[in-house]
Amino acid sequence: MSKTVRLRKGLDIKLIGVANKVRTEAKVPKTVSIKPADFHGMTPKMLLKEGEQIKAGDIVFQDKYSETIKYASPVNGTLKAVVRGAKRKIVEVVISADETQNFDRGTPIDLASLSGEEVKNTMLASGLWPFVRQRPLDVVADPKNEPKAIFVSAFDSSPLAPDFDFVLHGKADEFQAGLDVISKLTTGTVHLTLNGKSPADATFKDAKGVQINTISGKHPAGNVGTQIHHIDPVNKGEFVWSINAQDVAIIGRYFLTGKYNAKRTIAITGSEIKDPQYIDTIIGANVADILDGQITTDNVRVISGNVLTGDKIEQDGHLGFYHNQITVIPEGDQLKFVLTKGWMGPGFDKFSNSRLFPTYLLGKKKFRLDTNTNGEERAFVVTGELDKVFPFDILPMQLVKAAITNDIDGMENLGIYEVVPEDFALCEYVCTSKIDIQDKIRQGLDVIAEECM
Amino acid sequence: MKFLENIVNKMEPKFSKGGKLEKWHPMFESFMTLVFTPKYTTKLGSHIRDGVDLKRTMIMVIFAMVPALLFGIYNTGHWEMVAAEGNLNLPYGEMFWDKVIAGAAVVVPLIIVSYGVGLGIEFIFAMRRGHSLHEGFLVSGMLIPLIMPADVPLWMVGVATAFAVIIGKEIFGGTGMNILNVALTARAFLFFAYPTSMSGDKVWMSGLTENLDKVNAEKLAHTAEVAAGKAEKLGENEFASPLADSLDGFSGATPLGDLASFMTPDPVLNGSPLEVGSNLMDQFIAANPINDMFMGFSPGSIGETSTLAILIGAAILLITGVGSLRIMASFFAGGLLMGVILNASGGPYLDLPPLYHIVIGGFAFGAVFMATDPVTAAQTATGKIIYGLLGGMMAILIRVLNPAFPEGVMLAILFMNVMAPIIDHYVIAANIKKRLKRVKNA
Repeated sequence: MSKTVRLRKGLDIKLIGVANKVRTEAKVPKTVSIKPADFHGMTPKMLLKEGEQIKAGDIVFQDKYSETIKYASPVNGTLKAVVRGAKRKIVEVVISADETQNFDRGTPIDLASLSGEEVKNTMLASGLWPFVRQRPLDVVADPKNEPKAIFVSAFDSSPLAPDFDFVLHGKADEFQAGLDVISKLTTGTVHLTLNGKSPADATFKDAKGVQINTISGKHPAGNVGTQIHHIDPVNKGEFVWSINAQDVAIIGRYFLTGKYNAKRTIAITGSEIKDPQYIDTIIGANVADILDGQITTDNVRVISGNVLTGDKIEQDGHLGFYHNQITVIPEGDQLKFVLTKGWMGPGFDKFSNSRLFPTYLLGKKKFRLDTNTNGEERAFVVTGELDKVFPFDILPMQLVKAAITNDIDGMENLGIYEVVPEDFALCEYVCTSKIDIQDKIRQGLDVIAEECM
Repeated sequence: MKFLENIVNKMEPKFSKGGKLEKWHPMFESFMTLVFTPKYTTKLGSHIRDGVDLKRTMIMVIFAMVPALLFGIYNTGHWEMVAAEGNLNLPYGEMFWDKVIAGAAVVVPLIIVSYGVGLGIEFIFAMRRGHSLHEGFLVSGMLIPLIMPADVPLWMVGVATAFAVIIGKEIFGGTGMNILNVALTARAFLFFAYPTSMSGDKVWMSGLTENLDKVNAEKLAHTAEVAAGKAEKLGENEFASPLADSLDGFSGATPLGDLASFMTPDPVLNGSPLEVGSNLMDQFIAANPINDMFMGFSPGSIGETSTLAILIGAAILLITGVGSLRIMASFFAGGLLMGVILNASGGPYLDLPPLYHIVIGGFAFGAVFMATDPVTAAQTATGKIIYGLLGGMMAILIRVLNPAFPEGVMLAILFMNVMAPIIDHYVIAANIKKRLKRVKNA
């Protein structure tokens, strides 16, 4: 019973720097890292000490409060440093990688003979579990919960996003194996949602054992949250899990070979990249080598992930755990004179969803946007603008206000269980009052996690 | 611009934390951000942000008011000339520049007082709260003069503006937090505090009151002279003055004022009494052709008379997406609907064709510039339609059926401002109910 969804709301932000469909194999990075901050609300408990030798797939740390969830090293090497921040909180675990990586261990796992519980335990023990994310709350899934469905999105619609059809082309066996694995995790349905705007690669189109849906529309059509809302929405007390398409392939690879091989193809994108392209690298890889000679201007921001939801990293920082792309855009820390590039300028260089700028007259023009907020923070004044980019049957501004005021009843009633910060990224982008909406939603979810879960 | 940039960069350390002028940082920031979009970059969440900000949004509303403002200046000048010369038949297009100058002499001081008082108070609050000036008053400050009668004393505008900014807005927390439309609060304050300066027949033409006073003074002087036996020196006992002659039987009433009189035992039209029982409405329509009303060739509040100029503003607001089409359209629809309903009931004033209702008085101005204020209107999409519809109906209802208020738009919008949260509450409740129903079905 596949579903077809058509979205009317949304926004495609047209940026310069889409990756060309060229794939290069990156060198083995000098270091890789795992950042506990990628797993919201998790407190790591280190299992290894600095200086210890590790192999790919060895467990580096586990969740202090949910010890079955373990986090594995993506490479062979040495635990180089445990970087701590304020109050000795672990910010990053850095592993220096051996120059050659060989995966000598492991034997294929016969999936057919395993029960759901055994699959779950295998994934937990091998460090594959953190790939599974849960709604509500947008955290690593709690293995004790029973999900009513698992969602995989076959495309990413965010700005400059990698094309999964290209990335996973020819990896149908790994992807299918991954789908078979995750089907064992739920008694409900596994949903694979394709892009209705373009024909999907055979990897996705011919997937078996899952319900294939199509969704068409502007961003956030590719966000799993939008798909869940329109296909099988989360109600209070229910859980839905989701996994990135590339991570499904990693899970499949593990069961096919018995090896934890966290290889991933990422897109190097953005207006400040000389030659935007695809690169095969490893989760958590240091980006210094990848970006070497690629950045064209001085004052840039390097983002692990996309411009709407990614994390700011240094030029020698590390790729995030869930990220499939690196974006480099100019910093916007310059004064902009009012009549030329400022608030009353003609605005041909600004991308806006409002008709106060000529964006809508410029057709397919692509923009080079910087990190300037283009204005100061204000109270909510303009109404109705968030609704235009929020394809949920949820009132975005009211929900954000409930989150800001810590109104638990309000948040529950208005649908906080269905949303995660990522769903509000476009709202945050278009907000005239420059409110950090994703952060407000995250704070609201933290309150809910503490009081209601 | 490099030179301005250098000044800003040089001054910034003095005003930032630890600097000598730290206290004045809000002031510095307010002026700096007026000339430059500041160098603030994204810290949390989305790394890029839409080009739009509140400044650009608000300036567009001001641009949209310019046609009404320019026409208002000319119209004010025209009626001032009419009052000065006592010539009701002064052709509208003649003496163009004289009228522009006369009108500007009335309107520009109003704008200066409104902005001066309002921004002054806003600055004090901004400094106390330690944030830069918020843009809301840029719009309110222009709206206030546009909804004043031409003859209103400047000090009253100052007092009303102060009241509206402090009581109407700042005590709620400033821009974005207020419950009532700030400009309408100013007008309502004057309307109830100084009714003689805000309603009646004499206030809509600048200088009319003054001239009438002059005539009265002349009359008094004449009477005194007669009593003193000096009349013979003048050669006659009867009082005579060219000014008094021309002002004789001159009312200065707005079309709405005339219409309101139809509901009383003494109907008047342009100052001349009408016979009760005759077909009042036909005479009104003959005296006030709808085209003239649409163009705005009538006395009234400065910016409200020309529906054409207001519709140009509406087009600007709708094309740029700043004004809500839902509210505007439903407000007009509500007004027309109520006009039709009243027509069906019959009666002297009730017979006015519905289309007249939306081109005379402040109806169009209220619909386009006041009802659409996003802060005080309903905030949900469905709520906006209900809000506009009820507001439009209420405006006409008050206008026609309450003889104490010849104009109903101001009170209707203020009333709907208060009701907007309730409308939103039910729209939100419907959304919540839908979600709960899903749980039960599942």
